[in-house]
Amino acid sequence: METLKIIGAFIVLAGSIFLFLGSLGMVRMPDLYNRIQAGTKASTLGTILTLSGIIFLSSGWTGKLVILILFVLITNPVSSHILARAAHSVKLKLTDKTVTDKLTEDEELINEKQ
Amino acid sequence: MKIKSFLIITIVLFGVWIMLNNSFDPVLLIIGAIASAVIALIFCSKCSVFNDIRLTPKSFIYSFAYIFVFIFELIKSNLDVAYRVLSPRLPINPGIVKVKTNLKSDLGRMTLANSITLTPGTLTVDIKDEFIYVHWIDVTNKDIDAATEKIVKTFEKLLIEIYG
Repeated sequence: METLKIIGAFIVLAGSIFLFLGSLGMVRMPDLYNRIQAGTKASTLGTILTLSGIIFLSSGWTGKLVILILFVLITNPVSSHILARAAHSVKLKLTDKTVTDKLTEDEELINEKQ
Repeated sequence: MKIKSFLIITIVLFGVWIMLNNSFDPVLLIIGAIASAVIALIFCSKCSVFNDIRLTPKSFIYSFAYIFVFIFELIKSNLDVAYRVLSPRLPINPGIVKVKTNLKSDLGRMTLANSITLTPGTLTVDIKDEFIYVHWIDVTNKDIDAATEKIVKTFEKLLIEIYG
């Protein structure tokens, strides 16, 4: 019993480290798209690890936690994609370091044809 | 073929029911089976979301392979983010590139786009027909074919067996 709890606690700790790195990325990245990049990935794995650590800590919740993990896994990328798409459609400026923007180029091409 | 969608939704709902109840009491199982079948019948008698999935032994094997590849890529992408965030120089070279997918079904394209978002350094921004616009945190090649090779191919060769 004790060992299971220690393993669970370490998995929760690993998850919270990834969540912390994600929030650090939010602060350090220069523009919205890069912030979403850091936020989505780190928060997905961070949440999954935290929830699977709780599976070790209290075994009665396994089914509900698995549902939560699947839900996070499906909804997280969708929401970040919608945020990025909305930001691009209101022409939010990309950072100066950006090397290429094919989406704007293609949209301008379509507008010129019309 | 509507029966396939109906069956898949019933099985998914029944699985959620079992996990929420956390018990295998026969009374609960029977109630759950009836409830999920009725819900699937009422709300999904005409939906065609899952019709693209192939239910063959081969596609099951590829689904398992996909799950493992996905978990591996997710961990890799997190280590990548950790490296970029913690490095004092902030080594990013971002840009939006265009990639092309050979997947035909909508569900397959959605799965591919979600997988791209959770793999190292890439984020799906928009989909127009067969072209996916990807925000890439470290653009190594602006060319469409080279970018496709690097971003899409890992998942596409598995998903094409599952969704066709």
